[in-house]
Amino acid sequence: MLDNLQLLFVWAPIINIQVILEGIFVGAVFALSAYGLALVWGVMNIKNLAQGDFVIMGGYLALALSSANIPLPLILLIVIAFMFVYGWGVYVLMIRRILDQDMFVSLLATFGLSLLMQQVMNLIFGPEVQTIDMELPNWDLFDNMVTIPSSKVISLGLAAVIATAVVIFMKKSRAGQAIRATAQDPRAARVLGIDTDKVYAFTFAFNSALCGAAGVLVSIIWVIQPFYGITYSVRSFAIVTAAGLGNLPGVISAAFGIGLFEKYVGMIIGTAYEVAAPVSILVMVLIWRQISMKRNRQVVR
Amino acid sequence: MIKKNTLITYGGLALFGVFGPILFPDYTLSIAYLWMMVLMASTWDILGGQMGYNSLGNITFFGAGMYISAIVQISMFYDGGMAEYTSAMGSIKPEFTDTEYFNGLYLGIICAGVAALLISLIFSTFMFGLRGPYFAIGSLGLAIAAAELTITMDYVGGASGISMPLFPGDIEFRSTFFYILCFVLAIIAHFLLRWLYSTQFGLAINAIRDDEDKAEAMGIPTLIYKQIGWGIAAFFMGCIGAIAGNMAGFIDKEVAYPIPTFGIFMVAMVLLGGKGTLWGPVLGAIIFHVIKETTWTYLLNLQWVALGLILIINIVYFQQGLMGWLQTKYPEMFGIVVDESQKSAKSEAK
Repeated sequence: MLDNLQLLFVWAPIINIQVILEGIFVGAVFALSAYGLALVWGVMNIKNLAQGDFVIMGGYLALALSSANIPLPLILLIVIAFMFVYGWGVYVLMIRRILDQDMFVSLLATFGLSLLMQQVMNLIFGPEVQTIDMELPNWDLFDNMVTIPSSKVISLGLAAVIATAVVIFMKKSRAGQAIRATAQDPRAARVLGIDTDKVYAFTFAFNSALCGAAGVLVSIIWVIQPFYGITYSVRSFAIVTAAGLGNLPGVISAAFGIGLFEKYVGMIIGTAYEVAAPVSILVMVLIWRQISMKRNRQVVR
Repeated sequence: MIKKNTLITYGGLALFGVFGPILFPDYTLSIAYLWMMVLMASTWDILGGQMGYNSLGNITFFGAGMYISAIVQISMFYDGGMAEYTSAMGSIKPEFTDTEYFNGLYLGIICAGVAALLISLIFSTFMFGLRGPYFAIGSLGLAIAAAELTITMDYVGGASGISMPLFPGDIEFRSTFFYILCFVLAIIAHFLLRWLYSTQFGLAINAIRDDEDKAEAMGIPTLIYKQIGWGIAAFFMGCIGAIAGNMAGFIDKEVAYPIPTFGIFMVAMVLLGGKGTLWGPVLGAIIFHVIKETTWTYLLNLQWVALGLILIINIVYFQQGLMGWLQTKYPEMFGIVVDESQKSAKSEAK
């Protein structure tokens, strides 16, 4: 551990650039799925524990499409469209029935969904770790001290494009306005003629599509496996609990923060701790919020 | 005063518990797992059903108990110590005598329970400020963090796990022995809970479930009650974890922290049976186990899909559980008196 610290800060500080870049690449993908979670949580009070499995499902769809030699932008569009429809279906079959239930019910029902999706993906695609090989060059910088795969840069660019599109959509379009209105006050929105049921369905489908897009990026730059979903769910929860709901800049900065933290923990303490890092952040954020609320004798609800 | 129906149920269960493994010797371990699941569901219901704190992290104590009993059992009678045993990755097979093995096992189970209790006390100081979904997410985070941190510890074998000491005796005696342990522990837990729910403790935790702020305002020391409730659950989860570890014979992260399986099964069982009742978890566990074993046998490869579907259907469409359904259908069976005049007034209002 001390050796790693020395390596980072004394011997070769240039490696910091590599770690920071990795953290940014990771954070960009987390930001997409975390924003989807924040949206669903904020608008319809559903805590979707299957978030990570939506991501992995998008990844597998991209994998299946890429074996048919379809170009990447088209893959992204097809996956987004398919996941949108899938999310709508899940809403109609499942989520609509648990909307006004106890909050724990949504956690548990989506956990069941997550279990189901994992197993179906396991049956279809097998338990092996897979990835899309784009066969793109790596860029070596600073005397080969820093290696940047161009696929990661491309995915960062795509994530930025998607995020910008989402922001513009939520701000400008009528559907985005309807979603925000429903999040603020569903009853008033209904009085003013917004079909809230449709808005809920759209929001959930939108979240699913966002996760699918994140999944495409994941399958390009890392590996996917049917059971990797839970770590993405936990990261999304950590980000959203840290940032708060409906706070897009907060979600994005928390996503990058957690990405950086994870990569630095992996670099300094060891890669074995990389998965534990976001989980411990989640627990720490919850504890910290509790302590800060305890002064006023309040609790985290 | 024990009612006649209850006595019949106890009698039936006791007969099944005693004669089940004698009549079906091939299923002894399967029935042992049934009692294990009954225990898990019943102890989950202390918090989840009676107190309104939905924990997804009770499995932490299961895993912690498993590892602690392994440490106690091995380091007590193996001279080289724990680190040497685990670093050899199962190539060391120490010969324990019968007394050594059983003493180590009993001590391991008790230590596991007590250690799990202490861990729950430490956790509860900072976990019980979280309410509702945050408690569920936070406890799930604890369980995942515990699992991930365990595989980084070389002292307990890291990712390669620990092989438990060999059982002295033949395989039939082994399964009967562990069966008796599970059965006895489940009985102890059930009667402890039965007594507890009839005392002031039961009333207090029900008050916490219904309205915690008011309960606190009425002078109930809520934190202490919550700690006791979670502590009891943790103690039993630790004990059963120790037994399960020895039953499995080999422990690693997947065996010790089965978050997607037992961690969620125990919640599903309680919901299936009906939460907040004494018998709901028992009934749910029995039904769930039967369904699980049948799907395991007849739907190979699809068993997990079937279980996920059961979980979703159960939660989305059938939330009150069997006991809840029975209570609304036949209230007089539970000693609930329905005021007919109010009932008809309600239906008229509709």
